[in-house]
Order: sequence, then structure tokens, then C-alpha cells
Amino acid sequence: MDAKKSTWTEKKGLAQMLKGGVIMDVVNVEHAKIAEDAGACAVMALERVPADIRADGGVARMSDPDMILKIMDAVTIPVMAKCRIGHFVEAQILEAVGVDYIDESEVLTPADEANHILKHNFNVPFVCGCRNLGEALRRVGEGAAMIRTKGEAGTGDVVEAVRHARTVLGDIRKLTAMADEELMRYSKEIGAPYELVKETKELGRMPVVNFAAGGVATPADAALMMQLGVDGVFVGSGIFKSGDPAKRASAIVKAVTHYQDASILAEVSKNLGEAMVGRNVSQMPEAEKMAGRGW
Amino acid sequence: MKIGVLALQGSFAEHLVALKKLTVDTTEVRLPEHLDGLDGLIIPGGESTTMGKLAVAYNLLDAMKTFGQRRPIWGTCAGAILLSKNVSRDQPLLGLMDIKVRRNAFGRQVDSFEIDLDIPELKQATGAQEDYHAVFIRAPIIESVGEGVKILASLPDGRIVAARQGRLLATSFHPELTNDTRFHEYFLTLVD
Repeated sequence: MDAKKSTWTEKKGLAQMLKGGVIMDVVNVEHAKIAEDAGACAVMALERVPADIRADGGVARMSDPDMILKIMDAVTIPVMAKCRIGHFVEAQILEAVGVDYIDESEVLTPADEANHILKHNFNVPFVCGCRNLGEALRRVGEGAAMIRTKGEAGTGDVVEAVRHARTVLGDIRKLTAMADEELMRYSKEIGAPYELVKETKELGRMPVVNFAAGGVATPADAALMMQLGVDGVFVGSGIFKSGDPAKRASAIVKAVTHYQDASILAEVSKNLGEAMVGRNVSQMPEAEKMAGRGW
Repeated sequence: MKIGVLALQGSFAEHLVALKKLTVDTTEVRLPEHLDGLDGLIIPGGESTTMGKLAVAYNLLDAMKTFGQRRPIWGTCAGAILLSKNVSRDQPLLGLMDIKVRRNAFGRQVDSFEIDLDIPELKQATGAQEDYHAVFIRAPIIESVGEGVKILASLPDGRIVAARQGRLLATSFHPELTNDTRFHEYFLTLVD
């Protein structure tokens, strides 16, 4: 009757418990409590939301462990934190801090321009961003137990999250219609491990939980992503860069649960105050985009 | 027979898959009227604070309380928390089962674990003699039970992880995350 910890079932399982929920970026204890009270299923503890990382420029790194610990003490829901792409020592530190999930995130400045972290080496589970099925399955191959779209963080423009969700889910629809003998060629084409391509075809879905992220700013945005077929939603700058964070947070939580009920969506969309100002991704210089980070 | 699964947040799709394997009619429950005509309800794993908040917002908490006075309800993990009378903190609960629950009783995610449990009542009800492989994720424990509550399973150190009070069932672990449907079969025996 020996207990086994940090198994693949355990890592994937926590993400399964987050499904149908909203994971909110928070930068301090006050935000974390607002998020929990609004019904967030988890929080992402970070020093600056993506909109501020964009505005400030410079190198964006892992947050101060003390700030993450304070948020872990303040809420009962799971706490996630971000490390830089390829920065396995930041990940080791976050694991030692005791966070429930690590986001190896393109929102921070990459530490390695060729390799991601070998996430199977860790006891703590990881979530990673993707733009298409090949990228998603490369991350799962490295040990990511949860996937999210990259979108374009800190813009309040949902267009990239839609593009990435449609691409990933469209890739899966194409894959499920393929003959088995075509899977090796397809694996080569998208640069993904054959075994995971095969598993995805058999399941008819991503082999791990698949959330939307990057640019979600309104209840309608969140419900749009759910109707497209993701399992849940991350909201970063969209809540705490808006006029009434508590009300907007609660409205987005309700919108994700009742994503198919337009009358509830209409009700929760009323009188939310100012949305985050937002930046139009189509007019943004390529160098400012974060979604291209990741290999 | 028709079984509802509370679909506010969490692992409701996994419960639906298990019930479909047992060829049971199912429905997702998000609003009070979705409880009409159901013979039983499962409250899945997920975040109990999220589910409680959403249940209160759409009058589902009271509707489930009324439902549970006449019909079976099974709560897994967050669902067990919602069924309980006492979690030592202020959050919306159904308060239907006379059990005291402690949330996140084992620590954080890296402390989550899988273990085989000997559950005599499950073996008796289903006729299968293998131990039950239980998956615990940031799990609660049942600290104490009142009169009329039967303890179904405990860890080797004695901590209670499954209990039944009449037709109400609480498990700290997640039968919906394994392919073993014995717990779902057991719950169906509590349904008329």
C-alpha cells in the first residue's frame, strides 16, 4: 500500500480539476483574494501583469519567491507561477517554493533560444503555451501536463487566442480523419512525437487539458474561447487593468460556466465599467509580439 | 435512471464518461431546473470555492439541498467538501452530511498521491475483490463523522477518505480519473 507521488496521472489530474474554470493573473495578496472571492479556480502569481511587462520593457524574469509565498498563504485555491522558457533553475526554485503548477511562459524573456525545460525531471507539473498542434505536442513530449494557447498576452485583443485555438483544434480535427499510415509523415511535418500524435488521434482531443490564454478581456471573449472548444480560460491583464476588477472577474467566471447560455452572458456583461484599454495586435510591430517565443 | 453531474466547474466530463460506460442516462447540471427528473447527482472534483460561488449565484445551492434530502448525492473531493457540514472556514456548503472535512489536508500539489485502498463495502457491492486504486489531488480528509455516518475507507494511518450517510456518499479521492468504474456502480446501487 505504498503511496506514489508526482505521477503523470497526478500532474494531468490537477489540470483536469481546473477545467471549466478561470485562472487569473494576480500581482499581490489583495488581487489574489479578489480573484478567489470572484470564483477563480487558480491564480497565477507574478510581479507584473503582461500589459505592464510590455510597457516597462527590459528583461522579464521569475517573480520574487517571497511575493509568491505570501499569495500561497492568502488563498486556498492552487497557485501557479511563471518561469522563463528554458530556465530550469527558476523552475527548480519555484518547485522548492511549493507552487502547484509552473507556467514556462513566453510572457517572460526566454533564457534559452533553442530548448525548453525537460519538464519530466520535475515533481511539480507544468503548463506551456502553443500556437498549433505540433508545438503543443512538443511541449507535452517534454513533460507539460497542461497546454494553453499563447494568444498575444497583455493586449486585450483576443484575435491571436482565437487563431491559436482554431489552429490547434483544427489540426486535431484533420488528424482524426487521417489514416493510421499517414501519422508518421504528419508527425514529421508538424515536428511532434509520433506516439503523442497517435494518442491524440485515438482520443480525438489533446492528450492533456487545453486552456485558452492571451488577450481575453471580457465575458464574451471567455465564452467565445469556450465555444471554440477549449477546457478553460486564463485571464491576465484583462481583469486588474480594468475599471472594476472584482465585478469583471466574477462576470468572466460566470461566463465560462454558462458559456452556451446567451441570456446569462448578456446579464453578466452589463455595467462592467471600463475594459482594459488594449492594443490592436494587427498594428503591432513583430518585435513586440510574445507569441513567437518558443521552439 | 437518469443521473446529473454538477457542471459548474471541474472534472464533470470525466464523471459523464464513467456513467456512459455503465450505460446510464446523464445530464449536466448548471441551473436549478436541470435537477428536475433526476434520480441522483454527482458533484465532481474541482475547486469547492468556485462551485459554491456559482451555485449561490444561480440559486442552485438551495435546490441541491432540497434534492439531497430525498435523492442520492455523491461528492468527490470538492464535492465531498460541499456535502459536508463543517470545513472550519466560511464558504458556501450544502451541509447535508454530518462530516467535518479539512481542505488541502496533505499539503500542496507535489504532495498529491495515488494509493491502493481496501474498501470492503465496495468489494461486497460489486463482487470484485481487487483493492481500489485511489487518486488524491490536493485532497481533503474527513476529520470526523457524526452518528449515522458509515466510514467506508481509511488510509493506512487511519485518516478517513470515504464515508456514506444513508444515500449520501463522500470520497476524498477521484474515481472519475481512473478506468475503474466500481465506485460509480456502487453509487448507482444507492439510487432507487
